[in-house]
Amino acid sequence: MTESLHLWLIPILPFAGFLLNGVLGARLPKWLVSAIGLLAPLGSFVLVVNAASAALITAPKTCAECGSAAASVAMPYAETWSRPWINLGTLHVDFSFVIDQLSLVMLLVVTGVGFLIHIYSVGYMGDEEGYARFFSYLNLFLFFMTVLVLAGNVLLMFVGWEGVGLASYLLIGFYFSKTSAANAGKKAFIVNRIGDFGFLIGIFLLLASFGTLDFAQIAARFSASPFHIVIQNGAPSLSHGPALPSTAVITVICLCLLIGAAGKSAQLPLYVWLPDAMEGPTPVSALIHAATMVTAGVYLIARTHALFDHAPVALAIVAFVGAATALFAATIAVAQNDIKRVLAYSTISQLGYMFLACGVAAYAAGIFHLVTHAFFKALLFLAAGSIIHAMGGEQDMRKMGGLRNRLPVTFATMTIAVFTISGFPPLAAFYSKDAILYAAFVHGPAGKLLWFVGLVTALLTAFYMFRLWYMTFLGEPRSKPEHHHSTPLSMLVPMVILAALSVCGGWIGIERFSAFLAPSISAPRARAASTDVQLELVLTLLAVTVALLGWFLAHRLYSSKPERAAQLAAGYPAGYKLVANKFYIDEIYDAIFVKPLMAFSKYILGWVVDTAILGGIAWLLAGIASFTGAILQRWQSGNLRSYAAWLAAGAAAILIFVLLWGSPHGWSLTLLHPQTVYKVTHITTLHLGQAGH
Amino acid sequence: MTFLQHDVPFSWYLLLSAILFSLGVVGFLIKRNLITVFMSIELMLNAVNLSFVTFAREWDMVKGQIFVFFVMMVAAAEAAVGLAIIIAVFRARATLSVDRIDLMKL
Repeated sequence: MTESLHLWLIPILPFAGFLLNGVLGARLPKWLVSAIGLLAPLGSFVLVVNAASAALITAPKTCAECGSAAASVAMPYAETWSRPWINLGTLHVDFSFVIDQLSLVMLLVVTGVGFLIHIYSVGYMGDEEGYARFFSYLNLFLFFMTVLVLAGNVLLMFVGWEGVGLASYLLIGFYFSKTSAANAGKKAFIVNRIGDFGFLIGIFLLLASFGTLDFAQIAARFSASPFHIVIQNGAPSLSHGPALPSTAVITVICLCLLIGAAGKSAQLPLYVWLPDAMEGPTPVSALIHAATMVTAGVYLIARTHALFDHAPVALAIVAFVGAATALFAATIAVAQNDIKRVLAYSTISQLGYMFLACGVAAYAAGIFHLVTHAFFKALLFLAAGSIIHAMGGEQDMRKMGGLRNRLPVTFATMTIAVFTISGFPPLAAFYSKDAILYAAFVHGPAGKLLWFVGLVTALLTAFYMFRLWYMTFLGEPRSKPEHHHSTPLSMLVPMVILAALSVCGGWIGIERFSAFLAPSISAPRARAASTDVQLELVLTLLAVTVALLGWFLAHRLYSSKPERAAQLAAGYPAGYKLVANKFYIDEIYDAIFVKPLMAFSKYILGWVVDTAILGGIAWLLAGIASFTGAILQRWQSGNLRSYAAWLAAGAAAILIFVLLWGSPHGWSLTLLHPQTVYKVTHITTLHLGQAGH
Repeated sequence: MTFLQHDVPFSWYLLLSAILFSLGVVGFLIKRNLITVFMSIELMLNAVNLSFVTFAREWDMVKGQIFVFFVMMVAAAEAAVGLAIIIAVFRARATLSVDRIDLMKL
């Protein structure tokens, strides 16, 4: 009795928007382009909300026996296209879309925040060239992102995974006439390729060891008892289920998936593309490189948590990668001056938190932080975009300052976002960050270290966010921009909504949130059953204290005595330079990977293989051809009688050949009747022979 | 009139055909005048026609004779086209010597 939720429409609507705006957009009036670009994500969002209400409102009533009574949708709810996608021997892959609690949360974030950012883009991109192109790319991104989230199997997810990478590439390089933007797009794509390679290997290994790519079937293999009762000839008998792969195999699979997740979610050591991705328009940074796409790695780990739960080593590596990334990126963010780069490193750092949460098997906390992060980080980017818009394209915070009077709404929303990300109660990130820190703390001995790293990161986060806040909004204006753009309403409304979400987003609380997610993220692992209230209170107080400390430090350095920061930096020139230059990671990668590869390409592949070997072969062939041609062209005298002579000589040669060697039953003149041939050749030879005498 | 019916041996016809054909080939190769070259081709065609007819009669098959009609038809068409080309060449070059008609020479 389940009603159809038309899940396939959720991705198809943005895809239609992409096609319409991509093909016709340049010829359509602007209002129509905006309408198409906005209606597509709105339609998807409405469908997702419809699915959510169908699944949530009546779900509790459903039970296995009274299925008919519940006219609702039980989760996980799957829709599969009737035609299989791949059907090869034992491999079956379908176009199947699945909604469960996890994908529902993701979908709400993706389409909801996505729609808000679409609205923002109408104002932000209003006077840009390629307006229709921008919206078609944004819709394309939403199409692939919803496919990624809805996918019921790893392969379909990989399609979405690659697709969002493509959309990301297109949007980073949106201003493709700018060299830095084009290069940033390429960098993002290539670094993601490395991660995707790991992901792909993981998919192959999954297929080899599990024989299926379906998430539900893989998870079922873990939950199923190794013995099945099989009814055979009316009598029940015990039978072995398929054996689980060994822990080592699962660990390898998980590590491969982790490489993929680290590439997409900009974790160590594959994070380098995300800061450069800020070359894209700011709404893109908000949507793709903060709120949705970069969280796909977290989603992947949560989606395949059944595997990770059985690979403790891989899980520990996830945790440490996340913690290291969180701290590392936060350190870099402290010394950046480009407002979007600060936010980019902040994103990397927050994604590290999510990985840390997944690594201590607190998937619910990770997803919780993913949701709140989507709100406040999208808001931060949108507010930054509003600032950049007002400053006429200026992104250097050193040239900002005193903007609170000029941009009151932006100031208000940005302030909310800054307080949120710093983790002050009762704002959203306070709840999610606390959940992560608590989960880390209670996670065995290594958990204490992870918790401490998380705490230090929280301090740094508060510091660099308030630094940004002071540098942009407070103090005196440090430059007079020539253009004074006012912020249109289409930009302000999404910011206000996101600000409201940043405030309220966490009020659901981790207990209720993890209880909601429990069916799709194995229940016992979702949250430690016994919650030590006292411990939690202490940890919370510590986190808030640390956030206050960060604020205080930023205040001392950047507000009351602005020159102190410079003095401090001058006091530790080596350390400051190291951080300001992002630990020279780009340069190190350049020296270790890029330069040798370029040299290898240029000298070995380019000179030796291409020019010498392949080119040599080509030149050799060409030389042979022209040499023989030079000889043979002497035949082409242009003289009619010489042609005739060659013709006659050729005919004579054939005749002689046939007469001497042509066998009557062989190949020679089989066009004629064999008997006839015999007679002809025979008689002719005879008489020619006689004539010769 | 037995002579006419039987006495000319089969091979003589073929020999005559071969001689005519060889004359055609030689004329085709050594003559410089385009018209003569053209006539040599006709000679070769007719030599072939003769052997066709000869074989047709010898083996009581009508195919060979039908073939001769085809050859004659094609030869007639070829003569028309060929002569037209020769006239065009003469108008353009004012010569009919094949050695001078060598525009295709490299």
